[in-house]
Amino acid sequence: MRAPQPSQTRKPPMSTTTLEDTERRKAWGFVAPALLWTIAFFVVPFLFMAAMSLWSRQSGQIVRAWNLDNYIAFFAKDSLFKGLVNSLEITLIVTVLSVLLAYPLAWIIAERVPKRLQRLALIMAVLPFWTSYVVRSYSWLLVLSKNGVINQTLMTLGLVSEPLEIASNRTATVIGFVHFFVMLLTLTIYANLIQLSPNYRRAAADLGANAFQTFWHVILPLTLPGIMTGAFLTFVLCIGDYVTPQILGGNNELVLPQIIMLQLGRRADFPMAAALSIILMLAVTVAYALCARWLKIERA
Amino acid sequence: MMTISLGGVSMRRFLSSAAAVSLAAVSTVSAPAPAFATEELNALVWCDHTDPALVEPFEKANDVKVNLKDYEGTGAALSILEQSQPGDWDVLVIDGVDVQRAVGLDLLAEIPADKLPTADIFPEVRMEANNMKDGKTYAVTEKFGYNTISYDKTKVDPADMKDLSILWSDKYKGRIALYDYYLPMIGLVGLGLGKKTADLSDADMPAISEKLAAMKAVSKQVSDVVSSQTALATGEVDILVGGGEWITAALSGEKPNLDWTVPDQGAVRWAQSIGVMKASKKQDLALKFVQYIFSPEGQARLATSSCYWAMPANMKAGEHLTDAQKAALRWNDQAEYLKKTQLYPIPSAELDQKMQDAWTDMMQQ
Repeated sequence: MRAPQPSQTRKPPMSTTTLEDTERRKAWGFVAPALLWTIAFFVVPFLFMAAMSLWSRQSGQIVRAWNLDNYIAFFAKDSLFKGLVNSLEITLIVTVLSVLLAYPLAWIIAERVPKRLQRLALIMAVLPFWTSYVVRSYSWLLVLSKNGVINQTLMTLGLVSEPLEIASNRTATVIGFVHFFVMLLTLTIYANLIQLSPNYRRAAADLGANAFQTFWHVILPLTLPGIMTGAFLTFVLCIGDYVTPQILGGNNELVLPQIIMLQLGRRADFPMAAALSIILMLAVTVAYALCARWLKIERA
Repeated sequence: MMTISLGGVSMRRFLSSAAAVSLAAVSTVSAPAPAFATEELNALVWCDHTDPALVEPFEKANDVKVNLKDYEGTGAALSILEQSQPGDWDVLVIDGVDVQRAVGLDLLAEIPADKLPTADIFPEVRMEANNMKDGKTYAVTEKFGYNTISYDKTKVDPADMKDLSILWSDKYKGRIALYDYYLPMIGLVGLGLGKKTADLSDADMPAISEKLAAMKAVSKQVSDVVSSQTALATGEVDILVGGGEWITAALSGEKPNLDWTVPDQGAVRWAQSIGVMKASKKQDLALKFVQYIFSPEGQARLATSSCYWAMPANMKAGEHLTDAQKAALRWNDQAEYLKKTQLYPIPSAELDQKMQDAWTDMMQQ
C-alpha cells in the first residue's frame, strides 16, 4: 500500500490569529460554566445584598431608598458593634489555640507514627467529624455542665469544691470551636508536613543545626502555607458560625451571626441583616488579605 | 419549636422535648396513612400536630392521608404560602395573636358558627377579637399555655416562685435560665412591675430595661427552648423564667422534681388557633379535620402530643385525659390561672423595635 502523500493529508495551515481565536473560544467554553455559576450564585446575589444593605426597615415596611442608616446604626448601637468585637475576639482565640494544638498532633502523626498506621491515626484524629455538628455541640454542653463529666471528675478528685462555670459562656464556645477546628487544622498541616523532603532536615543537620533550630528555621517556615491555609479556613468558618455560640454560649454574649439571625428571624429586617453580612464579609476579606501575604511564601 | 412572627407581632415557642428537635429537623412529616387513601389533605401546622398518635385516627376514620408540614414562625408560614399555589394547603395552624393578620391576607375561610361547639372552649381563650372578624369566625383556639416560671421543686422554695420579683432577686443568682423570647419575657417583667401586658408603652421601656438588666445579672443563661429545658432537666439551672407546662409537663413522668406555677402577679398566656384555608379545594374535608382536632378525643391527643404538652382549649377534653396527665397540665388550677394570666403584649412596630433592642442590649450586657 502506498503511503498517502503529505499534500493529500495535511490540512491547509491555520493563521496564527485563527488559532488563537479557536483556543480562546475553547478556553471560554471551559470557563463559562464556572463563570456563569459564580455570576448567578455569587456576584448577582452579592450585589443584591449590597444594594439591600442600603435600604431600611421603617414601621414594619422595607423602604427602598438609598441610605447608610444601617451602617450608621451598626456603629452607633453598642449591642450591634459589640457583636463584631465578640466575633473577632472569639475567632482569634480559637484560631491561635487550634493552631497550637493541631500542629503537634499533625507533627506526631507525620513524624512519629509509622507510615502504615498514619491513615488510621488520621481517621482517629478526625473521627469526631463524623458526628453531627449540632449533636456534638449539645454533647459538649452536657460534658461542661455543672453536673457534667469534667466537673464531677474534678469534684470527685477533690480538686475543686464548687463546680467550675465552664458551660453557657465564652469558655464553652471556645472549647466547642477548638475541638472542631483542631481536626481541620490537623489535616491541612499534616498534608504540608508529609510533603517535606527529609533532605531538608539532613541538610540542616549537616550545617550544624540542632533539632530546635531545624524546626524553627526550616520546618516551620516550610509548613507555614499549611498553617495559614488552615488558620484562614478556621477564621472564616469560626467567625461565620451560628450554631456553636448559640448552643454553648448561653446567649450571655452575642456574636455577629447571632445578631444577623435576630434581624432575619425576629425583625424581618433584611436590610440590616444584609448590612451586617457585608460587614462580616469585610472582616473575612481583611483576614484573607493578611493570610494571602503568608500564603505567597514559596518553598525553597 | 419556635414560632416567630415577622413584622414584630408575635412568636411562639416550643420543642419541649428532645423528640421535638428531630421532628423540627424534618420539615415535612407524613404520618402513616391508609395504604390506599382515597384523598389527601395538606396542613401547615405546629410540631404538636405531627404526632402520629394525633393524626392516625383521623386518617383511618376518613380514609385520607394527611400531609403535615411544621413551621417555625408565622413569617415562615406566610413565606411558604406565598411560594405555594392557591389550593396547595387546606388547613393552617397559627399563633392566636396572628389570626387577624392571616384574615387580612384573605387566607382563611369562614367557619360556620354551627360547625364547631365553641361553647365548649374555655371562655378566656375563645379570643373572639382574634379569631373573628365582622362577626364571622375564621379560626378557633385549639391549645393554650403559659409563659411563666418552671423550677426544680427539690432545689428551690416553691413559695418563692409565687412572686415575680424573684426574677431579679439575688437569692437564686446563677441558677436561673431566661427563655429567649422577648415578648412574653417583657410581658412577665411588666407584670412584675404591675403593668398589664396590653398597656405596655414606650414610657415603660426604661423601667423594663432596668429590670431586664437586673434579671441578666442574676441569670446563668438566656436560651432557646431545647437548651433551657436541657439546663433545667440536667440541674444546670434550677429555675426557668418563661417556661411553663409546655416545658415540664411532658417530663412529668421521668422528672417529677420539675414543676411550674403562675405567680401571684400573673403570667403571660399564649394560644394557638386552627382554621381552614380559603383557597382549599377540600373545604369539607379540611373542616372535618378541624372538627376532629377540636373534638374531645382530638383535643386530649393534641394536649399530650409528643412535641409539647399544653392545655386543650376544649373543656370536654378532660374526659379523655388521665389523672396524671391532668395533674401535669394543672387542669384543676386552670380557672385560677386563666384569671391571673394575660395575653402576650401586641406592640406597634415601633414599640416592638424598642422591645427587641432592649432584649438584645440585655443579652450583650
